[in-house]
Amino acid sequence: MDPILTKFVREPNSYTLDFYLQHEGYEGLRKALAMPPNDVIELVKASGLKGRGGAGFPAGMKWQFVVKDTPKPKYIVCNADESEPGTFKDHLLMERNPHLLFEGCLIACHAIGAKVAYIYIRGEFLHVQNILEQQLAAAYAKGFVGRNVMGLGFDCDIFIHRGAGAYEAGEETALLESLEGKRAQPRLKPPFPAVSGLYGAPTAVNNVETLSNVPVILLRGAEWYAALGPEKNGGPKLYCVSGHVAKPGVYEASMKTTLRELIFDAAGGVRDGRPLKAVIPGGSSVPILLPHQLDIEASFDGVAKAGSLLGSAGIIVLDDTTCMVWLAENLLRFYRHESCGKCTPCREGTQWLLNLLEKIERGEGEMKDLALIESVAGLIAGKTLCAFGDAAATPALTTLKHFRGEYEAHVREARCTVPAPWRRRSAAPVHSH
Amino acid sequence: MTFHPKIDYRELHRSARQLPYDDGKPFTYTDENRRRFEEIAKRYPPEGRKSAILPALYLVQRQLGFVSLNAVHHVAEVIGCTPADVEDVVSFYTMFYTKPVGQYVVQVCRTLPCALRGAERVTEELTSALGTGPNGTDPTGTFTLIEVECLGACDRAPLVMVNDGWHECLAPEDAKALAADLRTRGEAALGGCHHGKADAGK
Repeated sequence: MDPILTKFVREPNSYTLDFYLQHEGYEGLRKALAMPPNDVIELVKASGLKGRGGAGFPAGMKWQFVVKDTPKPKYIVCNADESEPGTFKDHLLMERNPHLLFEGCLIACHAIGAKVAYIYIRGEFLHVQNILEQQLAAAYAKGFVGRNVMGLGFDCDIFIHRGAGAYEAGEETALLESLEGKRAQPRLKPPFPAVSGLYGAPTAVNNVETLSNVPVILLRGAEWYAALGPEKNGGPKLYCVSGHVAKPGVYEASMKTTLRELIFDAAGGVRDGRPLKAVIPGGSSVPILLPHQLDIEASFDGVAKAGSLLGSAGIIVLDDTTCMVWLAENLLRFYRHESCGKCTPCREGTQWLLNLLEKIERGEGEMKDLALIESVAGLIAGKTLCAFGDAAATPALTTLKHFRGEYEAHVREARCTVPAPWRRRSAAPVHSH
Repeated sequence: MTFHPKIDYRELHRSARQLPYDDGKPFTYTDENRRRFEEIAKRYPPEGRKSAILPALYLVQRQLGFVSLNAVHHVAEVIGCTPADVEDVVSFYTMFYTKPVGQYVVQVCRTLPCALRGAERVTEELTSALGTGPNGTDPTGTFTLIEVECLGACDRAPLVMVNDGWHECLAPEDAKALAADLRTRGEAALGGCHHGKADAGK
């Protein structure tokens, strides 16, 4: 499949309004504005577009659920808080193709009857935000955003809102809290944002890549779009390949493509020709796959069938020098740091898991700690308001399931049995009471 | 009496309430920043004025270098909320500094994809080159070193953020040279494999 969303990212001026207009820019919006809003929703539903943020929820359904019969305003909120470890596709889209996102926001606003879209971008992406702001100003100046868009009588504003360093803000209700000027902590659901979202008004929260697909659907039609991928997994997909590969990067492909093709053909295989040990296929929150499980469709359904999740399509590749206890410890440090603290099992449990994993990695673990890890992880997963709890439990559980022998060797030999030259050389800081 | 064993928390949880540092100096926005604030506040409906807290704090940090206790009170005043509302936000988000930091805040991403490509070694090298360990500032106040979580550019690992700029693909063996370069050229020293290039991510 030829790239669609990233077709022009190598062109020096691909991010400018002029370039975008020369390549059918804002033509999808023109089509959408000629259609009744409900027809736009039906079209996106027919395309089968699944949310690209991680959960894979059908975007058209999300828009349909937004309460239309209300005196309150409605909002589109674009989730540009890309923070899932191993994920960097929205970064590329916003940096190189910002007008595609604006056009997607505007079409989404028309579909649900909103007059305002907020793009919530993570604080660390200031250089990307600067490009967005500059291009948004250009779009305003040329009448593609604001009052009477393209002279077609449609009013819509887009505002960019900068986050300030919180992974949890990527969860849609926590994002809304953060956008309202509070801590990024998730809300109890229901009510879902479609009923009571931003400022208590009906809201649809969509990922950058999801919204960037919408203009393409309007331009080329639902059938064409759906046929790009396997059944129910239509459209182009951006894959982020990182870790121990020769060529880390964003690769756009049909979801008919296999994980093996993405890792070995697109990303050039494992760096230095080393053996592959394992792959995390969908960002740090999902179960690992082993080398013999890679000949599967890299689609939402294909990866789920293999026992993991496509998630945010952040494919992290691990070679044979990777210690799985170290890996779990690294990710638990991440989850410990990012847990928002609202739910006790997650706030306390991530610290417990981190302490246990550090102890084993230092060579001070006991065999009974392995059962304790499973027990603590089991007390987090499914017991929290948002999916963070499940995500935080996964690295420990999945490594223990597939590499129990490695854990046992750490305990038996009282040391890390898989040292690597790319890890720290000084002793890890030991924390005492 | 407690039924669970003592747990070592080491560092405060981000959800813990912490007051920002009180530098004892009054704080008000410059006229320019006050004007910027009013401009930003217009993006939100009247019932959503608190949405401007995050942008308001960024303006504080740009003016002062960190967020002081008096600045929190000033922000509460211009927003029309309580100081507790603002403190709540300041202590939760990692990008607001609640005490003075060095001229260059060097943030090394330590999460898995960067770690797989040598981020732990980068931190070691920078620790010896900058004269401070993680979460510290060197005695001259030039550098603050912080280990941070995933910055969202794992194809450019290992990634280091200096103030608001990025340095990409920093091999551990190049870390000392970057530190020296920062000392002499400041943020002009930043760059890297994909920085500002059209082939980003490819």
